[in-house]
Amino acid sequence: MDTVRITVKIKRFDPEADARPYWAEYPVEARPTDRVLDVLNHIKWEVDGSLSYRKSCAHGICGSDAMLIDGVNRLACKLLVRDVGEIIRVEPIRGLQVIKDLIVDMEPFFDSYKAVLPYFINDDPEPARERLQSPEDREIFDATTKCILCAACTTSCPVFWTNERYIGPAAIVNAHRFIFDSRDQGTAQRFAGALGEANGLWRCRTAYNCTEACPRDIPVTRAIQEVKREMLWRSA
Amino acid sequence: MARAHKYDVIVVGAGGAGLMAARYAAQNPGVSVAVISKLYPTRSHTGAAQGGVGAALGNVSEDHPEWHAFDTVKGGDYLTDQDVADAFAHEVIDAVYELEHMGLPFSRTPEGRIAQRKFGGHTRDHGKSAVERACYAADRTGHMILQTLYQQSIKDQVVFFNEFHVLDVLIEEGTCRGVVAYELATGELHTFHAKSTVIATGGNGRMFKVTSNAHALTGDLTSIVWRRGVPMEDPEFYQFHPTGLYKIGVLLTEGARGEGGILRNADGERFMERYAPSIKDLAPRDMVSRAMFLEIREGRGVGPDKDYIHLDLTHIDAEIIEERLPDITEFARIYLGVDPITEPVPVQPTAHYAMGGIPTTIDTNVITDGENTIVPGLYAAGEVACASLHGANRLGTNSLGDLIVFGRRAGIHAAAYAKGADFEPLPTDAQDRSRAVLDAVRGASGSERASHVRRDLQATMMDHASVFRTDETLSKQVEILKELRDRYRNVSVEDTGRIFNTELMEAVELGFLLDNAEQLVHAAQHRTESRGAHSREDYKDRDDDAWLKHTLVHREDDGSVRIEFKPVTLGRYEPKPRVY
Repeated sequence: MDTVRITVKIKRFDPEADARPYWAEYPVEARPTDRVLDVLNHIKWEVDGSLSYRKSCAHGICGSDAMLIDGVNRLACKLLVRDVGEIIRVEPIRGLQVIKDLIVDMEPFFDSYKAVLPYFINDDPEPARERLQSPEDREIFDATTKCILCAACTTSCPVFWTNERYIGPAAIVNAHRFIFDSRDQGTAQRFAGALGEANGLWRCRTAYNCTEACPRDIPVTRAIQEVKREMLWRSA
Repeated sequence: MARAHKYDVIVVGAGGAGLMAARYAAQNPGVSVAVISKLYPTRSHTGAAQGGVGAALGNVSEDHPEWHAFDTVKGGDYLTDQDVADAFAHEVIDAVYELEHMGLPFSRTPEGRIAQRKFGGHTRDHGKSAVERACYAADRTGHMILQTLYQQSIKDQVVFFNEFHVLDVLIEEGTCRGVVAYELATGELHTFHAKSTVIATGGNGRMFKVTSNAHALTGDLTSIVWRRGVPMEDPEFYQFHPTGLYKIGVLLTEGARGEGGILRNADGERFMERYAPSIKDLAPRDMVSRAMFLEIREGRGVGPDKDYIHLDLTHIDAEIIEERLPDITEFARIYLGVDPITEPVPVQPTAHYAMGGIPTTIDTNVITDGENTIVPGLYAAGEVACASLHGANRLGTNSLGDLIVFGRRAGIHAAAYAKGADFEPLPTDAQDRSRAVLDAVRGASGSERASHVRRDLQATMMDHASVFRTDETLSKQVEILKELRDRYRNVSVEDTGRIFNTELMEAVELGFLLDNAEQLVHAAQHRTESRGAHSREDYKDRDDDAWLKHTLVHREDDGSVRIEFKPVTLGRYEPKPRVY
């Protein structure tokens, strides 16, 4: 297949050498069907081995390679060269501390996730077989089970950019996954904790950036609104 | 962070098997447990598994664990240890219910039970017809298992060391005393002193050019323990999944055929009718991959180069595709620009799964020879291990079952051993081997790039040691591996930093990968028969008289390879010709 000539501009930073980040430019040949991750790999493997980023599954299911590509949060493995221009700008996702090149500190993101009690809570004795759930009840929270914790949503959120303590859309999505699961009993506990606090759910200002950023097509903003509504109903 | 750690149980790897092992080990009061992973746990490749986990729940039609055990043994071309298959088929039922009790959002039947669908090689009553045994959550069952187990580990407050890359397993005087790991964020070595160590690090598919495996799957631990005197069992049995996306190898679940998908050649013919008349497209993966290769070789491949096959879903109701196969539909749309609802999808066999691995007993104890001599304190589970459940060919859905059943067993046995054992002293030079592994790359001044050696390894393994093999291709690959090893000594890295030196780690991983290729190629050359996924064109038949036995590949101190054998545990199922 024919290749095209593109220029990849990458915001780079080596904490052991650079005082501040800088833009590096790499002219490369790429096939239109290459993933942006393939292009980064090409640069790392053929041009500059020190280029650093996270990767693993390379098909959008592990959540390692969220980055800001042409101003939008994307997974580098789920975006093809044919769908970007001749010049690609690649930066680390925003709002988390940059450690090196495209690698950011994910710990605050996972701390917020953990704060919403993102696990199944049901203290009834376990039945001998499965707990029953109708296909309709299962469908209610289907979308939010798709989350891969890539942080594309949270790091696209303007509220999060200005307040790093806001738990962020990803944490709320994962709370939604349990709150709307007919088998779960932990909603009161979750609302009494981080979700209901000052940097919880109500920080959301409905900017919709998260919905646009989600590589799994989760209607993130809608999920957040559903959780808000549920909390209002419960307190009414 | 302190660089010396002490835990009763250390689990290496945070996929399905590792998280399950940690959970079960941590349920013992007073037993301290930590998990080490070179990734964040949710990045583990368990999350890429799609179609389902096989268990004879009988939610859709009659099923029995005995039928599941039989299918597993037959699917494994009778190399499966039958005591292992029996235990597995019974325990996996409980394990699936346990996942549901942890909240796993399975798809549901109209009655509200766990939904089940058909999958390759899973049959009713010993081969009569396909049976709905695969318990699924749309086409992201592995994702849901990984997420659910990680969620539980948060609830259980499991200790994690994320982005720590294990470089050595401290087997000293026959017992395992812990591991040494490299912290990616700082470039520092950490020693983890442990009574029990569980290895659960998954596969090694990155030795092949076209693979469904993540970049991380470089067979690190199968190399590390090999260099510490543990043999590899049955590495010649490597599975190629029939339906990888053309050229890029991304997996399209067998569940697509379970829902009615059909493989077609360039003539539009449903060729599997010729190869497996009773279950056709749902024949086991080794048979389907071979059939696809043969169709292509005989000129009936699709496309300008006649080098792929069509997976046809166009006759299936669009709603069923969107509801039950949403992820793979998206993969085809994004990566190939093909909409499975209206067009057939170009596919080719993709390197997928190692049936072999670190040899273990049924209780996951690592063994070192054909007499089942165990290494006290060392356990292995999941794809990295060989119990041997899958024999010469794994059935679809049995990998997820393997993770939860044997991950659980590993956690139980590792904790039980730790409770009765003392910490064996660590050698004073515990980090020496790890430092040597790093220095071999950091100190090298050669001009070779790791990426070029890896690229050539992947291409030649694909050409000489994939679906079909002969003595000629394997001998050639033995020589190529020697050359690649020489070139590897000249690999150097540009990045001299300590913080997130991913270039250094990729070069180290390549060293591990080369060992994995060597294990596979030597074992494949030795086994002069065709069985399951090991298909020799110069020895086309299965030869039970000579070869109904497991291979154990040892690495001698001088770097040479020695082959030993271990009997297969037979049982109620007599080896028979494998027809479907």
